[in-house]
Amino acid sequence: MTLTRSSAGSTTRRSRGGSRQSRAGVAFVAGYVVLLIAFGILPTGYAVYFAFTDAGGTFSGFSNFITTAQDFRFMDAVGHVALYLLFWLVSLVVFVVGLSLLLHRISSGTVSKSLRFFYYIPGALAGAASVLVWLFMLDPSVSPVSSLLGTLGFHTFGEVIAPGNLALLFTIIAFWTGAGGWIVVMYGALNNIPKDVMEAARIDGANAWQTAWRVQIPMLRKWIVYMVILAFAAGAQLFVEPQLLSLASVGVAGRDYSLNQLTYDFAFQMNNINGAAAVSVELLVVSVSVAGVFVARSGFFDAD
Amino acid sequence: MTVNKPSSSPKRALGKKRSALLTGCAATVLLTVSACGGGTAATTDKDGFAQAPQKDGALTVWVDATRMDAAKLYQRQHPDVKMHIVSYDGDANGSNYLQTKVQLFNRTHKGWPDVVFSSQNNEASWAVDAGFAAPLNKGLIPDATLGGFAKGANDVCTVNGKLYCLRNDLSQAVLWYNAPLLKQFGYTAPTTWEEYQQLGEKVASEHPGYLVGDAGDSFAPEIYLWASKCGANHITGPKAVSVNTTSEACTKMAKLMDVLIKNKSMSITGVFSTDFGKNKAKKVLLMPGPAWFGGAVFRDTFKTPAKQIAAAPIPQWQGDSATSTGNVGGGTWLLSQHSTHIKAATDFLKWVTTDNAYQGGKAPGYPAYAPAAEVWLKGQDTSGYFASDLSALKTASSQVWSEWGSGQFSQEAIWAATVKPGITQGKSIESLLPAWQDSIVKYAKSNGYKVSP
Repeated sequence: MTLTRSSAGSTTRRSRGGSRQSRAGVAFVAGYVVLLIAFGILPTGYAVYFAFTDAGGTFSGFSNFITTAQDFRFMDAVGHVALYLLFWLVSLVVFVVGLSLLLHRISSGTVSKSLRFFYYIPGALAGAASVLVWLFMLDPSVSPVSSLLGTLGFHTFGEVIAPGNLALLFTIIAFWTGAGGWIVVMYGALNNIPKDVMEAARIDGANAWQTAWRVQIPMLRKWIVYMVILAFAAGAQLFVEPQLLSLASVGVAGRDYSLNQLTYDFAFQMNNINGAAAVSVELLVVSVSVAGVFVARSGFFDAD
Repeated sequence: MTVNKPSSSPKRALGKKRSALLTGCAATVLLTVSACGGGTAATTDKDGFAQAPQKDGALTVWVDATRMDAAKLYQRQHPDVKMHIVSYDGDANGSNYLQTKVQLFNRTHKGWPDVVFSSQNNEASWAVDAGFAAPLNKGLIPDATLGGFAKGANDVCTVNGKLYCLRNDLSQAVLWYNAPLLKQFGYTAPTTWEEYQQLGEKVASEHPGYLVGDAGDSFAPEIYLWASKCGANHITGPKAVSVNTTSEACTKMAKLMDVLIKNKSMSITGVFSTDFGKNKAKKVLLMPGPAWFGGAVFRDTFKTPAKQIAAAPIPQWQGDSATSTGNVGGGTWLLSQHSTHIKAATDFLKWVTTDNAYQGGKAPGYPAYAPAAEVWLKGQDTSGYFASDLSALKTASSQVWSEWGSGQFSQEAIWAATVKPGITQGKSIESLLPAWQDSIVKYAKSNGYKVSP
């Protein structure tokens, strides 16, 4: 009886607790779902509707896609974004993983905490503010590193922001702004690698390089894939950096450097909202496809 | 009992939550959809356009920081008028803010300002297509008032014979110079472009580091090539443009600039760049530039002391039959077709463009309204800042070459993206003229213009 009562009471408590948890879970998810529908799914659906209709709302097939692809700036913008993505993703993977491993090896708690804090600071600045900081950094007449810029052969702002340098500049800005947060994430992931695995590697005689290459990096694989997927989606939507640099340089950096800038131009300069939607949908399709490939190839959702 | 019952209760609860969630989502959808919709009330055809039903309420005026004084002065002088003054960037540097917002207001069917200032003089080129700008010469502004504007001042506002904006200020280019420095060096202000080049060569050898001009801004073609009658931007119809950047009128000015850029008597960094302000502002001997250079550049940006800066007419090519100069910007005021306070909006528009209280006395640029310009010039003379009278500005106000238009695509942006990087890399402007042509043609076609040579 005692056992039965105890069991029944326990089940009741679990049930009440479970119900509370369920309510809390639904409440949390509901807020997200509402926002997702209002600001994610509905606008996306609206954009798809625009992409396949003309200004009068009549179905127009792929004509908006063809018109925008034939614009003389389209292929240039595709090339710019592709080059930027190459620089950005390679630098992100190499340096974020490298710096995270270094950070993880530093045994001193204070140094490690300080470094993590400093890595994170740039990420705490809003995107536009970060770019504004860089506008000063890149102008030799006011930059605190003007002597370094001079050594590299840059004496005026115009020389620094030459069209050939832009992909690299945007990569540096984006890395400075976004990489710190990822380093902190990777550091956390490295901490989650079981100590006995690391211990086993050490006992087997693996040096630091071998431990990193054969144990830590393979175990970080899913995090790296996650970072690449998000960085690809964000990078493909490059906008703030070229737009602000364009304003600061009064047009030298180009107002149609990236696909998103071109989208903005179609919508608000040329009054072609449908064309703008077509380019946006293309960006969405590419980002989702790339994410799909990475997820499928990496076994992202496989249970360990 | 408790053991047997728990499963049914959460199900019901979950069902309720699902319903609540669905209701919430449906409400969100409805809110989103209703925000995108809007009603259209009956309109009345009057003054050349369909006017919305007129209402009481505040007059919404959008101005940039510089024109804020104008709106506030009007409010002080007209305390009975309810005003909602909104500060925005005035479309500075071609930011397209106004166009962007109007596109959105056109979709939501609300939000348009009643009157708006723009620092760009090509707003009419899109604002008419967008159904935003109201025609002003079909009953709203009397012909007598319109006749007071300087010759050609409102050309940029005219589309198919209808006037869709009023020019705030003119930006005719003149030759600014540092009078005591010029005298000290023993030079005189050149009257021809040939003399100007010779002076530039002399300055380069006798006073290296001093400047006779600046070609570093995106509006450089509007100062030099427009004044040389280079046919790069002849708007021949609402959606037609003639482009020829390789004619002799263009190449001779390009060659002149190349010589002076090479000997460093002409700068290639913009007058508003930190580099110019820090290293070159005190080295300006001469500088062709628009009317607003006097106040905005020399007095406010370079902080050049009083009694130094003077204005002379822009040089001409030897043997040139007609005097011509270029133009850089010049703001415009637009009135919204959607305004529900047209009487109050029109009163404000007339006051802000013609009244001496603002245009004659306080405006920083040369007023487009000729009687106000007279008062403004006298005010500049008595201010004691300039080393000469500014009569050169008055002469130049009617000498702006009329074959350079204000199309929907930005000539400044094209020059900045196409030619300026080449100049920075040491290429000659003459060698970049074909690329400039190619880029203008592409942008014009992309914006729906028919292009002819």
